[in-house]
Amino acid sequence: MPAVEFEHVSYQYKSGVKALDDVSFTIERGELVVLMGENGSGKTTILKHLNGLLKPTEGRVVIDGTDTRTATVAQLAAKVGLVFQNAEEMFFESTVREEVAFALKNFGYSEDVVKRRVEWALRFMELDAYAENSPFILSGGEKKRLALAIVLAWGPEIIALDEPTIGQDSLQKEKMAEMVRLLNTQGKTVIMASHDVEFVADLSPRIILLSRGKVMGDGDAEEVLTDMEKLAKCSILPPQVVATLNRLQDLSITRRTLSVEAAAREVVEKIWR
Amino acid sequence: MPIIEVSSLNYRYVGQRDYVLRDISFMVNEGEFVLIVGPSGCGKSTLCRCLNGLIPHFYEGDLEGDVWVAGHRVRETPTHVLSQHVGMVFQNPQNQLFSLSVENDVAFALENLSLPREEIRRRVDEVLSLLGITELRDRSPFELSGGQQQKVAIASVLAMRPRIIILDEPTSFLDPASSLNLIETIDRIRKSLGLTVLLVEHRIELAAPRANRLIVMNNGQIVYDGNPAEFFERYDAHSYGVYVPKVVRLAREVNKHVRLFNKPPLSPEEFEERVRMFASRRV
Ligand SMILES: Nc1ncnc2c1ncn2[C@@H]1O[C@H](COP(=O)(O)OP(=O)(O)OP(=O)(O)O)[C@@H](O)[C@H]1O
Ligand SMILES: Nc1ncnc2c1ncn2[C@@H]1O[C@H](COP(=O)(O)OP(=O)(O)OP(=O)(O)O)[C@@H](O)[C@H]1O
Ligand SMILES: [Mg+2]
Ligand SMILES: [Mg+2]
Repeated sequence: MPAVEFEHVSYQYKSGVKALDDVSFTIERGELVVLMGENGSGKTTILKHLNGLLKPTEGRVVIDGTDTRTATVAQLAAKVGLVFQNAEEMFFESTVREEVAFALKNFGYSEDVVKRRVEWALRFMELDAYAENSPFILSGGEKKRLALAIVLAWGPEIIALDEPTIGQDSLQKEKMAEMVRLLNTQGKTVIMASHDVEFVADLSPRIILLSRGKVMGDGDAEEVLTDMEKLAKCSILPPQVVATLNRLQDLSITRRTLSVEAAAREVVEKIWR
Repeated sequence: MPIIEVSSLNYRYVGQRDYVLRDISFMVNEGEFVLIVGPSGCGKSTLCRCLNGLIPHFYEGDLEGDVWVAGHRVRETPTHVLSQHVGMVFQNPQNQLFSLSVENDVAFALENLSLPREEIRRRVDEVLSLLGITELRDRSPFELSGGQQQKVAIASVLAMRPRIIILDEPTSFLDPASSLNLIETIDRIRKSLGLTVLLVEHRIELAAPRANRLIVMNNGQIVYDGNPAEFFERYDAHSYGVYVPKVVRLAREVNKHVRLFNKPPLSPEEFEERVRMFASRRV
């Protein structure tokens, strides 16, 4: 059974904006999928359909075999964890520690387990020093990591991340990539929206390209991120490695790759042959 | 005369044990484009708050040292005076939006300056088109995508035509083409009007080619202040949490085979130029 199925999903906000227009895709259990597309293309709207925050106007969203229209909020909440694009929207508690503990307590874990998981998640996200601070006085990047810690501590089967690298420096991003791979090897399904082309190129996931609420492409990272025409339609710039090789095509540099090493070899071979 | 002057600045938030800014000193001349980078939590946003007066006027805490902006001593100048010189784009766009429509949000500050109606209209049209959000004009700012909200917040600040603009991770929600467009737009305004730009940005690959100066912060201190390319040449940027652009890594990798680059290229264009120069010498 696939983890996520979108069947001809359209969604219209009450204001009349049609945010999704006949979107279909299937995501298998344990897959890593990144949604990319211009501002307003519908990425957040898709992620909010996963945990039932939004229900399709037309079509069906099926999570783990259950139609989101018939599932209860609690059922979906137990299966899908969503990290919001704007982390602050997730905060209600007065300390960082309580914020992470809240969901765990809610799911009825023992005090002991809650404590251990909270400690682990805070340490992993390098927030242990701020455990007793209010979530609202954290720095921008720290807020985002707290949002991630909340979902990480509870570890649902399907993890949806809306722009997880916002506000992160390169060391934190490296760790985030590591975390995503770890979740994947544990068989969890990870679906994320991201504008961070270089981060995505390094992860090398399956990419679903969106523009104006429609699916424009669906394929592996190398295929999608080297398709200049499609990228341009979705306001995405190619990764720097691709952009650099592209400028040297007339020097018979024809290789399409996301890898720095492979690109360097190509340049050296073609220029110093 | 420098337009920003910070000397021996130390700051600690109220109730906290550690200082977040430690012995920060630097000067910025009118028309400079300064890129500020450093690990998450190192104090970048706090420094911005010291420049626009939020610290010490709205945040309590211990402040030592001196900050002068556009000829005003920040400590003694009310924020509404400072805001006539310094435009600030905050890290979280949502906290900057409040009106019922995008147009009202952008016009709000201009109305407060009691500018004539036609002038307001003209400026609003101009900034909406600069940011490519003209069609969002009548929408509610609270019913927009994250990136669309960020564009509205930036437009509101640009409409004020400040002499100094401080942008705290302004591209965090923007798609790549919009991010590039923003940085190019800001740079164009800088060149034509002599705007002074301070940009805090983790996506260094976009900003580094245009900035004429890079300030690297770590743990509340300035650890580098100088030419952007030189930083990547002389320092292990990654260990400072500073992203090393792929084109810099590509040049390093090429250098392992043939020593082609004597200084790191900061953009695909610079990389291309160097390769072509070399290729043409060989025919
Ligand atoms: N609460 C809302 N009410 C009405 N329209 C909305 C609302 N939220 C988003 N929209 C609109 O729906 C469309 C899709 O928005 P969505 O937030 O899904 O985009 P996105 O791809 O996540 O964009 P971004 O990259 O800027 O975050 C946009 O046109 C947006 O203006
Ligand atoms: N109002 C506050 N009260 C107490 N501590 C704060 C407050 N605001 C920020 N801090 C702390 O001060 C430190 C510096 O925060 P600041 O927001 O300046 O970092 P930053 O460099 O902008 O980080 P980021 O890149 O994640 O936005 C952080 O450790 C943060 O937790
Ligand atoms: Mg979004
Ligand atoms: Mg910050």
